[in-house]
Amino acid sequence: MPDVTALAAEALVPVVEPFAADGVFGLLWLVIALPLAGAVVLLAGGRRTDPWGHLLGTATAAGSFLLSLVLFVALLGRGEEERQIGQELFTWIQVGGFDVGMDLLYDQLSALFLLLITGVGSLIHVYSIGYMAHDPRRRRFFGYLNLFVAAMLMLVLAADYLGVFLGWEGVGLASYLLIGFWQYKPSAAAAAKKAFVINRVGDMGMSLAVMLMFVTFGTTAFAGVSAAAGEADSFTLNAIGFLLLLAACGKSAQVPLQAWLLDAMEGPTPVSALIHAATMVTAGVYLVVRSNFIFENAPVAQTAVVIVAVVTLLWGAVIGCAKDDIKKVLAGSTMSQIGYMMLAAGLGVAGYAFAIFHLLTHGFFKANMFLGAGSVMHAMDDDVDMRHYGMLQKAVPVTFLTFAMGYLAIIGFPGFSGFWSKDKIIETAFADNLVVGLAALAGAGITAFYMTRLMLMTFFTDKRWAPEVHPHESPRVMTVPLVVLAALSVLGGFLLLGDWIVEWLSPVVGAEEHHELAVPAIVLTGIITLVVAAGVALAWFTIGRSEVPRTAPAQVSPVTRAARADLYGDAINDTLVVRPGSRLVSGLVVFDRSVVDGAVMGQAAATGGLSDRLRRVQNGFVRSYALSLLGGAALVVLALLVVNLV
Amino acid sequence: MIAFWVLAPLMVAAALGILFVRKAVHAALLLAVVMISLAVLYAALDAPFLFAVQIIVYTGAILMLFLFVLMLVGVDASDSVVETIRAQRVLATIAGLLFGGTVIVGLAQVSFGTMVGLDQAQPDGNVPALADLLFSKYVFAFETTSALLITAAIGAMVLAHRERITPKAGQAELAAGRMRDYAATGKHPGPLPAPGVFARANAVDTPALLPDGTAEPTSVSRVLAARGTVRSAPALADDIETVQESLGVTPEEAPEVSGKSGAAATPEEDQ
Amino acid sequence: MNTEPYIVLSAILFTIGCIGVLVRRNAIVVFMCVELMLNASNLALVTFAKANGNLEGQVAAFFVMVVAAAEVVVGLAIIMTIFRTRRSASVDDASLLKY
Repeated sequence: MPDVTALAAEALVPVVEPFAADGVFGLLWLVIALPLAGAVVLLAGGRRTDPWGHLLGTATAAGSFLLSLVLFVALLGRGEEERQIGQELFTWIQVGGFDVGMDLLYDQLSALFLLLITGVGSLIHVYSIGYMAHDPRRRRFFGYLNLFVAAMLMLVLAADYLGVFLGWEGVGLASYLLIGFWQYKPSAAAAAKKAFVINRVGDMGMSLAVMLMFVTFGTTAFAGVSAAAGEADSFTLNAIGFLLLLAACGKSAQVPLQAWLLDAMEGPTPVSALIHAATMVTAGVYLVVRSNFIFENAPVAQTAVVIVAVVTLLWGAVIGCAKDDIKKVLAGSTMSQIGYMMLAAGLGVAGYAFAIFHLLTHGFFKANMFLGAGSVMHAMDDDVDMRHYGMLQKAVPVTFLTFAMGYLAIIGFPGFSGFWSKDKIIETAFADNLVVGLAALAGAGITAFYMTRLMLMTFFTDKRWAPEVHPHESPRVMTVPLVVLAALSVLGGFLLLGDWIVEWLSPVVGAEEHHELAVPAIVLTGIITLVVAAGVALAWFTIGRSEVPRTAPAQVSPVTRAARADLYGDAINDTLVVRPGSRLVSGLVVFDRSVVDGAVMGQAAATGGLSDRLRRVQNGFVRSYALSLLGGAALVVLALLVVNLV
Repeated sequence: MIAFWVLAPLMVAAALGILFVRKAVHAALLLAVVMISLAVLYAALDAPFLFAVQIIVYTGAILMLFLFVLMLVGVDASDSVVETIRAQRVLATIAGLLFGGTVIVGLAQVSFGTMVGLDQAQPDGNVPALADLLFSKYVFAFETTSALLITAAIGAMVLAHRERITPKAGQAELAAGRMRDYAATGKHPGPLPAPGVFARANAVDTPALLPDGTAEPTSVSRVLAARGTVRSAPALADDIETVQESLGVTPEEAPEVSGKSGAAATPEEDQ
Repeated sequence: MNTEPYIVLSAILFTIGCIGVLVRRNAIVVFMCVELMLNASNLALVTFAKANGNLEGQVAAFFVMVVAAAEVVVGLAIIMTIFRTRRSASVDDASLLKY
C-alpha cells in the first residue's frame, strides 16, 4: 500500500490489493461458517433441538466473536502495509468470461465490522435467552438470529460485490423472517411484507449497480473495480453511485425508502436492537464507505448521498419527537443517526472514518437503549406506550442506569462516545458546507429534545401505569448485556484517542489533510454542546414540568400530527406508487382479458369452427377419398399438359 | 394390327360392361374377356412369355380366385342401384373423363414413331432373353418378389384363419344338447323321419306316412315345402291303374329304394 | 406398326378402371377394376418394350403381374375377413373411421 497520506486528496483512491491469507487468517471462513452451521442445525434439526437450541445459537455467535477478536489482534500485529488479507474459498460462478470466486476480504474496515456484529450480536443472543424464555418458538428465533449473523458477516467479508449482494439478500431474508416472527399478529405479518417489498426496491438498485459494474469493468471484485474506477467515464460512475445509493437507502431506511423501519418494530425487541439498530440498517453506510473508490470519482452521486442523509437526519428526528411508542421513538432516532453516518460517508475522504466511528458508537448505545426498552416492556407486560410509563427509575434501577448511559451517549453529553463521534461529523459537515452543517447541528438539538422526552416520560414524571401492572427488574441474563453495552456506550469514544480510528481506516478509505474550520474546533464543540443543552432544557420545560396525559391529546399542531403520521411517508408511497401501480395492473388485467385473451380465444374459435366444417370431408367413404385422389391426379396431369403446351 | 383393331373395341366394350353390369359374376366374366384379349395383344407385341403368363396366372389363377371369393361372399354380391354418396357418380365420371381426356390429349402431343421391334433384343427367342435379364440385371428384384409372395401367402393365411374360441363339440356334447333342447322346447331329439318311399315318383318330395295313414310333414325338405312341390301320398293312388297298364306290371313287384333325402337347403345362386 | 393406338387403348382402359373403382360399391368388383388398371398399364409397358426395342418393359410387366398376384391374395383375404364380420361386401358399409 503506497503512503496514501502523502498523495493529494483527490487522487488518493485506495486500491484493494489483498495479501493471501496465512496463519491464523486461514480460519477467516470459520467466522461465517459457525453461525451458518448453527442456523442449519437449528432450522433443519426441528423440535429435537428445542432444549439446547438457544445455547447452541449463542455459542456459535460467541465463537465467532472470539475468532474475530483473535483475528483482530493478529491484524494489529501485522505491519500497516499488509493489513488487507484475502481468502479465496472456491469458484462460485463461472460463465464465459464472468468468473466470480467466493472470496473473502479481511481488512481494517471488515475487522471493525466483524467485532461489532459478533460482539453486539453475542450480547443480544445472551439477552434473548431471557427475553424469549417464554416463547415456544425460541429455538427457531435463535436459528433466524444465527442466519442473520452469518449473512451479515458474509456481507462485510465478501471481496466481491456479488458476494456482498449474497449477504445483502441474506440479511434481507433474515430481517423479513424476524420482523414477522410473531406472524400470528396481522400487523407483524404486514410489517414484514412491507420491509421486504421496500427492500426489494433497494436490492434492484444493488443488482443493477453490480450489472453495470460488470459491463463497465468486466469484473465485480473490489480489487478489479477499485483499480479501474479512475478510468471509467464519469456518467457511468455517477450512475453506479446512484444505484448504490438506492441500495443503501433501501437497506438503511434513508428517505425515499424509509417507511419500513418504523413498522419493523413489530418484531421482537432483540431483533430491533440487533438488526434494525446496530447492524443491518448500517449496511448501507458500509456499502457507501466500501465503495469509496466509486463515490470519490462520482461527485454528483456523492452530493446526492449528502442530500439524502440530511433529509433523513431531520425526518427521523422529527418523527422521534412525536411518537409515544418507545420503540418507534428509538426507530426514528435510528433513522436520524444513520442519516448522520450517511452524511459523513457522503462528505468523502474527510468523513468515511467518522461515519464508521459513529456507526460503531451508535451500534453500542442504540443496541443498549433498544435492549433497555425491551427490558422496560418486559417489566410493563409488553406495553410500549410511554404515556403508560413514568417513574420507572425505582422499579427497574439497572435498566434505568444503563439506559441513562445510552441516553447521554446519544445526545452527545461530553465525554460519552456519542459526543466524540457526532461532534466529528458535525465539524466535517461545517467544513464542507454551511447549510449542511447547520442542519446537522439542528439535528443534534432535536435529538437531545426527543431523547430527553423519552427519558422523562419513561423513568421520571408521575406514575401512570395501570394498577394491575407490577414492574420488576429483568433477570440477570438480560441485565448483564445491558451493563456491557452501557460500558461500551460510555467508553466507545476511546477509539478516537489520538485519531486512532482515522489512522486505522486510512489505508481502506483514504485520508485527507487536515482542513481548516472558520472557527476553532473547540468553539464549534462548545456551540454543539449548547444546542444539545437547549434541546434538553426545552424537553424539561415542556414535559418534565407538566402533567403527562395518559392518552395522547388530539388537539395538536399540524406539525405534530404530521410527525405522528411518519411525516406522511406511507401516504406518499400510496399516492405515488401503490395506487398508480394497482390501477395500472387492473388496466392490464382488463387489457389481457379483452384484447389478448379475445384474440387468442377468437383464433381458437375460428380454427375450431373451420375444422368443424372441414371435418365433414372425412366422411369415412373410401370411394370419396379415391375420388379426391383421382381429382388430384387429373389436376397434376392437366398441369403437366398445360406446362408442356405453353 | 388387324388383331388390334378387332380386339380393341371388344376390350373397351367389355371394360365398359364392367362398369354397368349389376352382378359381380358378370363383371368377372367381362374382365376375363379383357384379359384374354390382352394376352392376344401381348402375343402380337412379340411377348409370348407374357402371353402365357397372362393366360395362366391372370386369367387362370387370379380371376378364378376372384370367382371363388365371389361364391363365398355370394349372397348380396350385387350392387344396389341407389348411390349412397351424393354426386359420386357424376363427379367420378367428370374426373375420370377429365383425366383420360387429358392423358390422351397429352399423348397426342408426342410422336412415338413406328416400333423398333424386338428382333435385335431377343435373337434366341423371347423366353431366353427375358431369363437373361431377370437372372442378371433384375436378379435382386426377382429374389425380392419371392419374399413378397411368401409374405402375401402368410398374410392371407393369417387373415383368413378363424380362431376357434369354443372347444369342438363331441358326440356326447351334441347328444346332451339335443336332450336339453327337447327339455326346453320339445324339439324331437332323434333324426328327422325319412320321406315316404314310393316306387312311382322321386320319393324325396313325398312325405312318409304315419301308421294311421296321415302324412308326416317333417319328413320332406323345407325347401320343397316352400316351393310347393310336395306331393301327398294318396294323390299317388289316383292314377295307379293307368300306370299299371302303361307299364304292364303287377303291383306285387318291389319298387326301387330311393336315396335318402338329406340334402341341405342351400340358397339359390342366381348369378 | 404404330405405337399410338396401343397407348391410347391403354389410357382408355386405365380411365375406365378408375371410374369403376369410384362408382362400383361391391368390394370385389372394385378390386377387379383395380386389376383392370394394372392390366392397362401392363399393356403400355409391353408396347413400349416393342417400340423401343428392348425387353425391360416386359420385365416390368412381369413384375407387375407378380405384385398383382400377391396383392390379390391379400386383398381378397381382407375382403373375406370384412365380409365375415360385417356380412357385407360393400365398400360403403365400412365407413366407421370418420369424423
